[in-house]
Amino acid sequence: MSLLHLAIISPFLLAILVPIAYKLFRQIHTGWFVLPLPILLFSYFISYLSITSNQQSVTKSFSWIPALGIDFTAKVDGLGLLFALLITGIGSLVVLYSIYYLDKNKEKLNTFYVYLLLFMGAMLGVVLSDNLIVLYTFWEFTSFSSFLLIGYWYHREKSRYGAQKSMIITVFGGLSMLGGIILLYLMTGTFSISEIIAGSDEIFSHSLFVPALLCFLLGAFTKSAQFPFHIWLPDAMEAPTPVSAYLHSATMVKAGIYLVARMSPVFAEHPLWLWLIAGFGITTLFWGSFSAVKQTDLKAILTFSTVSQLGMIMSLLGIGAAALHFETVDDSYFTVATTAAVFHLINHATFKGSLFMVAGIVDHETGTRDIRKLGGLMNFMPITFTLAIIGTFSMAGLPPFNGFLSKEMFFTGMVRVLEMDIFNLDTWGFLFPVLAWVASVFTFIYSMILVFKTFTGKFQPEQLEKKPHEAPIGMLISPIILASLVIIIGFFPNIISNTLISPAQAAIMPVEGYVYDTHIYFWHGFTPELFMTLGVITLGILLFVTLPKWRRVYDFFPEKLALNRFYDSMLEVSQRASFNLTRLYMNGFIRTYLVYIFSFFIVALAATLVLKDAFKFDTSDVATIHYAEVLLALVIAAASISILFVKSRMTSIILLGAVGYTVSLFFVIFRAPDLALTQLVIETISVSLFLLAFYHLPKLRHEERMGFKMTNALISVGVGAIVTMIALSAHSNKMFPSIAQYYVENTYKEAAGKNMVNVILVDFRGFDTMFEITVLGIAALGIFAMIKLRLEGGKKNENK
Amino acid sequence: MKTNDIILQTATKVVLFLIVLFSVHIFFAGHYTPGGGFVGGLLTSGAIVLLLLAFDMKTVSKILPVNYIHMIAVGLLFAIGTGAGALLFNVPFLTHAFGHIDLPVLGDTSLHTATLFDLGVFLVVVGVTMTIIQTIGEDE
Repeated sequence: MSLLHLAIISPFLLAILVPIAYKLFRQIHTGWFVLPLPILLFSYFISYLSITSNQQSVTKSFSWIPALGIDFTAKVDGLGLLFALLITGIGSLVVLYSIYYLDKNKEKLNTFYVYLLLFMGAMLGVVLSDNLIVLYTFWEFTSFSSFLLIGYWYHREKSRYGAQKSMIITVFGGLSMLGGIILLYLMTGTFSISEIIAGSDEIFSHSLFVPALLCFLLGAFTKSAQFPFHIWLPDAMEAPTPVSAYLHSATMVKAGIYLVARMSPVFAEHPLWLWLIAGFGITTLFWGSFSAVKQTDLKAILTFSTVSQLGMIMSLLGIGAAALHFETVDDSYFTVATTAAVFHLINHATFKGSLFMVAGIVDHETGTRDIRKLGGLMNFMPITFTLAIIGTFSMAGLPPFNGFLSKEMFFTGMVRVLEMDIFNLDTWGFLFPVLAWVASVFTFIYSMILVFKTFTGKFQPEQLEKKPHEAPIGMLISPIILASLVIIIGFFPNIISNTLISPAQAAIMPVEGYVYDTHIYFWHGFTPELFMTLGVITLGILLFVTLPKWRRVYDFFPEKLALNRFYDSMLEVSQRASFNLTRLYMNGFIRTYLVYIFSFFIVALAATLVLKDAFKFDTSDVATIHYAEVLLALVIAAASISILFVKSRMTSIILLGAVGYTVSLFFVIFRAPDLALTQLVIETISVSLFLLAFYHLPKLRHEERMGFKMTNALISVGVGAIVTMIALSAHSNKMFPSIAQYYVENTYKEAAGKNMVNVILVDFRGFDTMFEITVLGIAALGIFAMIKLRLEGGKKNENK
Repeated sequence: MKTNDIILQTATKVVLFLIVLFSVHIFFAGHYTPGGGFVGGLLTSGAIVLLLLAFDMKTVSKILPVNYIHMIAVGLLFAIGTGAGALLFNVPFLTHAFGHIDLPVLGDTSLHTATLFDLGVFLVVVGVTMTIIQTIGEDE
């Protein structure tokens, strides 16, 4: 366990302490206890920059389940470090922001910060694990903590709906990714990403290669909200705004992008990889920006914008894969798409993070996020307005902000698709720059809507819940830092080009012995990209001004997106179907369930006995039978048979007790005092338990016996016969030498005990005992819950 | 279920302690002679059940104000804690240790970590049995 591992799990450790801090120091906002950790981690990860900027990596291994090839191997390379810095950096700012956003008296801060820390740790684990199983475990943890955070205000119906939706979709993708991981393991025999990459040439033509690729993409697309799985992201906006800024724009939704980037060296040679990622990416880019324009909620606009920007990064990664098919990798002619992807990833985190925080401020200070109610806030919130201008202009791709640079690069990457002559890109490839350009126009429009509909125009105080005023300084610090980054990166892009971008690119497209060198230029000359940007601005302004005229276009699309309706109906159908299916056999009568259990018992065991030819009856080593034993057997038989004929329940219970006590006498005769004692006490307690339960049984009419039932008779005879046969065969078949002698010899030597039974229970097979008592505990809790926590009225069904 | 059986109640008052003492004996003796945490726990629960039969649910929960669910949790903690404690000494999970120690009054005593584990079993068994009986018994 190294410091690196400790850094990854430290959020989990802090998460344990947070509730305690919350309880002890109610007067101090819990966020202050959390804040130091991401800052500390950020500075810790900064120290790795010196290593990764030389495009080297650090690997620290910690043995976890070596027998299965699962080691907690932490690897810091350019790509992982970039994400780690994003996670901890944005994480610090978000925690700071949340301290002012969430009221310490009204909100349950302990749970909030526990979930947030869970997420932070899980996300760090995802981006820094070299082992796929470990990565997968952390991956599901991110889905899980996102679920908890979306449902943070769980008293709202929409929060619960959004939480469930995100869970179902992302976990579906996660499971498919697990499938992909297993397929990769079958092909390569290892879970280590580095080893898989090293051997990726050999698996290229394997028949499982394409299925594995598809499984991984499904995982990445669901997580990164790619069309058509993007539907969970808008509903995820029910989470508190700091969470939206953190998970649902800057970090978690980029896990899919991370996965694609990370697995690129393995899969990128395949044409399917390029086409699927670029195709879905560009569709998402277009659909997201197109849908964003019609939204009226600030956060909804930002969400669809996030969806679209994620699509943009995705498509760039897809196009970047094409570079592998050209000799010219070193002149960075085709790799520009990948460079743009990494660059935009950073830029998006800065401007989108600040915009979400701005939206949060507007919501916090006015009480609404509806742009139809907002307007003219410029005079009340000058700082927020400035921040919004910086964020949106960067998002729209205007100079001199960082968004301009990455958008130019994005155009460059897309235009160069026209020059590619592989995988039919020469026929359909022209769609990429066209769609990219159209989507950018819409991006420009919604960016303008975001800033101008909120901050300029007519001020409508009667529509607002609160009197607007500038936010407290604490809330402004985080967006100010992010907005400054937008400008700094805009003016001096090369401070990150060879420290963050090139190392990440080296991890995405490793070329033996080649060191990436990235330079980002502000001015390229009069290139097609520049004209594309100018076109975007001109048409964008035109369309923004005439928006009310063509807004009706959106009426052609149903208000509820068809995809959402599909999701809802699928959920409803599957719920109803499983409810009906369950009701078919779960009718609420224990006797029916016993029939199922025992029938299965008979069929399964009888089939095994026959198939394995296991029945054997051997009397060669049987001791002589004594009169006492015959007598006891007769008593047991007589008592059990009488149960069938007695009329009252009370008598049945007593007879059953008689059977039990007689069995314990058998143990006495066979010199097993432990068993005899236990059986005796168990019998006593179960008889009294029976008496208690007896009180609750429905009254039998006239104390009559149930009539003879053929099925039940057959089943009971069957069970008896099977058990007898198995007992006889178990005695007669000696497949292994008995272990008894081992215990006889070692009980005193190894465990210093003389009672073999007890030593086996607590020492030799202590593990069994531990789990047995755990099961007992769970059973007791189950009974407690069933009886104490019954729904009112007893018959209400929770599905109804 | 308010019972008023004087003979049973009087007998219970004496027998109860005998059973509990016996169960404690059985528990500690388990390592060398028949017994152990499981039987010991069952015997103690048997004693409490007897108390329940002689008196009623309310009286008993007044005499023994124990939350049996907590008892299960504590028992499990004992069992798992004993197991995990082994890790501190860099030996596999659930490795037991034993030795002879001179204690005041008791003299030379052999001590086992297995006893702690068994104590966990004891507590869980009592907790489980009593939780089940109590919940079913209290249910109207």
